[in-house]
Amino acid sequence: MGRSCRSASAHDPHPAHRDLPLAARALGGDAHPGAHLAAGPKRLAGGAARRERWRWREAGGDRGRPEGRAGLIADNRSVLFELRDVHLDRAGKRVLHGVNARLPEGATCIVGPSGSGKSTILRLLNRLADPDRGAVLYRGRDVRELDPRALRREVALVPQLPALLEGTVADNVLYAASLAGEEADVERVLELAGLDASYADRDSDRLSVGERQRAMLARALAQRPRVLLLDEPTSALDPGARDAVERALQDLCGRLGIARVVVTHDEGQARRLAEWVVRVEAGKAVACGPAAEAFAT
Amino acid sequence: MNAEVGITLGEVGASLALVAIAIAVSRWRGAGLETDIGVAVLRSFVQLVALGYVIQAIFDGGSLALVFALIAAMVVFGAFTARARARKVPGALGPLLAALALAGAATLALVVALGIFEPEPRYLVPVGGMVIGNAMTAAAVALNRLADDIRDKAPQIEATLALGASAREAAAPVVRASLRSGMITLVDSTKTTGLIFIPGTMVGMLVAGAEPTEAVRLQMILLWVLLGSVAISAVVATGLAYRRFFTPADQLRDPPAP
Repeated sequence: MGRSCRSASAHDPHPAHRDLPLAARALGGDAHPGAHLAAGPKRLAGGAARRERWRWREAGGDRGRPEGRAGLIADNRSVLFELRDVHLDRAGKRVLHGVNARLPEGATCIVGPSGSGKSTILRLLNRLADPDRGAVLYRGRDVRELDPRALRREVALVPQLPALLEGTVADNVLYAASLAGEEADVERVLELAGLDASYADRDSDRLSVGERQRAMLARALAQRPRVLLLDEPTSALDPGARDAVERALQDLCGRLGIARVVVTHDEGQARRLAEWVVRVEAGKAVACGPAAEAFAT
Repeated sequence: MNAEVGITLGEVGASLALVAIAIAVSRWRGAGLETDIGVAVLRSFVQLVALGYVIQAIFDGGSLALVFALIAAMVVFGAFTARARARKVPGALGPLLAALALAGAATLALVVALGIFEPEPRYLVPVGGMVIGNAMTAAAVALNRLADDIRDKAPQIEATLALGASAREAAAPVVRASLRSGMITLVDSTKTTGLIFIPGTMVGMLVAGAEPTEAVRLQMILLWVLLGSVAISAVVATGLAYRRFFTPADQLRDPPAP
């Protein structure tokens, strides 16, 4: 991998601010998206505006996210997340020590062996946990300044272990949508997640692990997030189902303009899904950069 | 209810024969409860004798202030006892104190306001003791269940938080289940009362020579009053205690293992 994470941020102290106008245009016109979160409303933009944006993106109106832009990813892309010297201990064990990394808009994979701290990093990004030391920035703002619940609706995390609520798949989808103040089109989000409409009335505890993972994804999509955080999204799937989910992810993120951060231990998956790669080993980000460089050697 | 019941110390001593059976069973089957049984008998002797003198003093004095002091002491003692049973709940003492105090105060205030009992020590002390004792058990059971469920269902709770739910929303299913488990014992025993067992109050009144119908009426009042106080106790304890498992930023303090 061509550059270390530390040097990437060292020569550019305010990358997020520099690129925000571009990012804001790409996202539908918010001049400074993070500003809405601190003010405390449920959403960056109102429900109607978001629904409009989704339609608009699906119609191909999003010029900020062209396909195949590997050449742009390194420095011209606005920074979505930044981790600055992040330390975290858990139950007396050091999980993260001194993680520095920048994650741009688009498709990022966090790769590394199991136990290296990848999932913990993901949980920091939507504030399911806070670092003991250091800072996590979302679009240039410390996540601790933001309303955590609004942040989580905008930055949706799909955990590795499927953990649906009791009831049907539709119940789960509708609950998630109601939390976000959205009206859910259950069939549509199921389809986006690779499940057909017949799953709506299935009991959540009668699904296979792979189906649950996709139901979790559908539930997250019902909130119309801007960023999807996915923890080992295909770990329970056979290769056929895995390919289907990967295709669905690429398709829906491309169509809807959702940024995604995928945690995976699978180098092959990172090659297929990532435009930007953060490599984590033993609680540190040992490298990050464009996928083309990460997998060049 | 004025029948005098003469119970001699010799009769009390004779009942220790049944304690001897309990100890013998424990030793015979290796249950290892001999010491506990001994401690239980000794403590019950000391505590009940002390309580007897305290109640006698309060009855003789007739002062409501003393009644409240005694009930407050029961609330504090009950909260500490319940905390020992609900060890897995961090900072459980505050919720338990609130739960027992509210259950006791609301129940006694209501039974007096509704004209069920006169505001006199001879009613308030025993009823208060029963109310707080049952409220303590219900709160302890509910909090134990709460701690177990929050640990077992941590993945679901965190996944719900990840959708932007508040701690209250994410914990609602487990709070509901723990409230239920705190109340269900009394609800079930109320259902079967009179069929399978004769409750303690009735036993006391019948032994003391009261008319059975009168004993029944008092027993019904107490059972129904207890249902209300147990509900208050369990809902206050769980409603305050679940928060201890979350940070102010709606994060689980003890997240699921990765």
